[in-house]
Amino acid sequence: MSEVLILVDAVDGRIAKSTGELATFAKAIGKVSAVVFDANLVSQLSAYAIDNVIICNGIDVTKFSPAPVAQTLAQLVASKSAAAVLITSSSRGKEIAGRLAIATNSGIITDASTIDSDLVTTQLVFGGSTTVHAAVTHGITIATLRSNSIEPIAGSGTPTIEEFTPTISDAAKLGQVISTEPVVKGGRPELTEASIVVSGGRGTNGDFKPVEAFADVLGAAVGASRAATDAGWYPHTHQVGQTGKSVSPQLYVACGISGAIQHRAGMQTSKMIVAINKDSEAPIFELADYGVIGDLFNVLPQATTAIAAKKA
Amino acid sequence: MKIAVCVKQVPDSWAEKKMAGGVLDRASVDAVLNDLDEYAVEEALRIVEANSPTKEAGEGSGHTITLISMGPDRATEAIRKALSMGADEAIHICDAGLGGSDALATSLVLSKAISDGGFDLVICGTESTDARMSVIPAMLAERLGWAQLTFAGSVSVDLGATKVSIARLTELGIENMEANFPVVISVIEKINEPRYPSFKGIMAAKKKTITVKSLADVGISADQVGSKAAWSNVRDAVLRPARSVGIKVEDGGDGGTKLADFLAEKRLI
Repeated sequence: MSEVLILVDAVDGRIAKSTGELATFAKAIGKVSAVVFDANLVSQLSAYAIDNVIICNGIDVTKFSPAPVAQTLAQLVASKSAAAVLITSSSRGKEIAGRLAIATNSGIITDASTIDSDLVTTQLVFGGSTTVHAAVTHGITIATLRSNSIEPIAGSGTPTIEEFTPTISDAAKLGQVISTEPVVKGGRPELTEASIVVSGGRGTNGDFKPVEAFADVLGAAVGASRAATDAGWYPHTHQVGQTGKSVSPQLYVACGISGAIQHRAGMQTSKMIVAINKDSEAPIFELADYGVIGDLFNVLPQATTAIAAKKA
Repeated sequence: MKIAVCVKQVPDSWAEKKMAGGVLDRASVDAVLNDLDEYAVEEALRIVEANSPTKEAGEGSGHTITLISMGPDRATEAIRKALSMGADEAIHICDAGLGGSDALATSLVLSKAISDGGFDLVICGTESTDARMSVIPAMLAERLGWAQLTFAGSVSVDLGATKVSIARLTELGIENMEANFPVVISVIEKINEPRYPSFKGIMAAKKKTITVKSLADVGISADQVGSKAAWSNVRDAVLRPARSVGIKVEDGGDGGTKLADFLAEKRLI
């Protein structure tokens, strides 16, 4: 049976749900081997459909650019004759995939929403207006998968564990991390993992309080349009759109966001879209399953109170 | 200091796009300079200005900014725009064999043009607004064997120590990174506010040199690039059905309550 490598994704010592999604796609293809650089994460991996865990030793990958991770994967691809490598579609994940494609002389597909047992991927392109099926035709398949694309299946046993010590070249160590400043987190879910996302835009005028209160009553993550992050109203890590994050939650609520094509590209595949905007002509209403023409400073607090009452 | 900036001409990101024969139909839409590349050009200008005795880019600064672009004939327009911002010269790799090239081939062509030029820094935008893969800067670093300092929200160059420091902004938070020359840098759009070309800049750009190179000029054979050498292929592309028209209510003082009712009805709370 062919072997598929998946790169384990973790934030603050917690395995990201996207790792379970990669495992779920990989399971349909063959034997799932999860590649991990932090041995402390291994115990969490049995939650997902992972057959084998490869613990990579001898390099602290948090101290460098993505190059050493790509180099390690390239060496594992060679030693395992792996059929595919699946990586989460993040900024870092795509960079690792790109370097790996060159190192292994293989084709690469990014931002796929699915990959099937024949290694054919699905991508939503042009702001979600077009579905593309594609496949790699040379070397092994290197694909990055968007998170929130599939419900992870549970693991059915303890994976086997092996260790691997990669040989990291001097060139791969050239870009060094001197210090880090972690993302400041509230109690809210991760933007790309959340099942509900509430986003604010220009219409907030810099006041995200009603947006945050509404998000909290729904247990949602908070997003922002580029206009809002450019203005410094909300951290850029929360930007949804073409140059920010792509989200695909069960419910997306756009508050005071006009719906420029760049923003739509990052949220158009959400299952249900709600829009609140003063301008009845705002393009966001073309996408909305439910639109309220009104001032978010009136609509959101009222909705927040009403939802809190329904929950009580 | 010799700086290369990679720029690409792309279909206008505000235009409706469609597929033609398994690839993006580029002919039917307006083409512009990839707006994320403007931040790369601007950052190159700022690096030169910060390290120039005349505090100005261009002749006399002691530094040069060379644009590197791969694309068809009409990519000249995008190159001229970047020249009018203040870059000194351009290399345009233009060859009939390049059409349909994937990211692997594109990075090969760009890396050849870069390695021939003796550059200290290569600066890119984080992605093109058409393909949106965000892999070219990392691929260039891999091919060139240079340091990769990408997704930079700030860049500083210590000319004496030939060292670059950046703050890398990704989903992981901020990583403060450094590396010695030569370095591949990509910059995010938060890094600066790109300048508008001045009238003087536009006039000067008309006289600046764009060196057009063929595949042979950069030492690449035709079978390494183009659609035949693309290592992934599109099986089919289907237009998704438009979203059905939703409910739209005017807030008559009860908009919030109605919204809560709708969400409850859909079992979303």
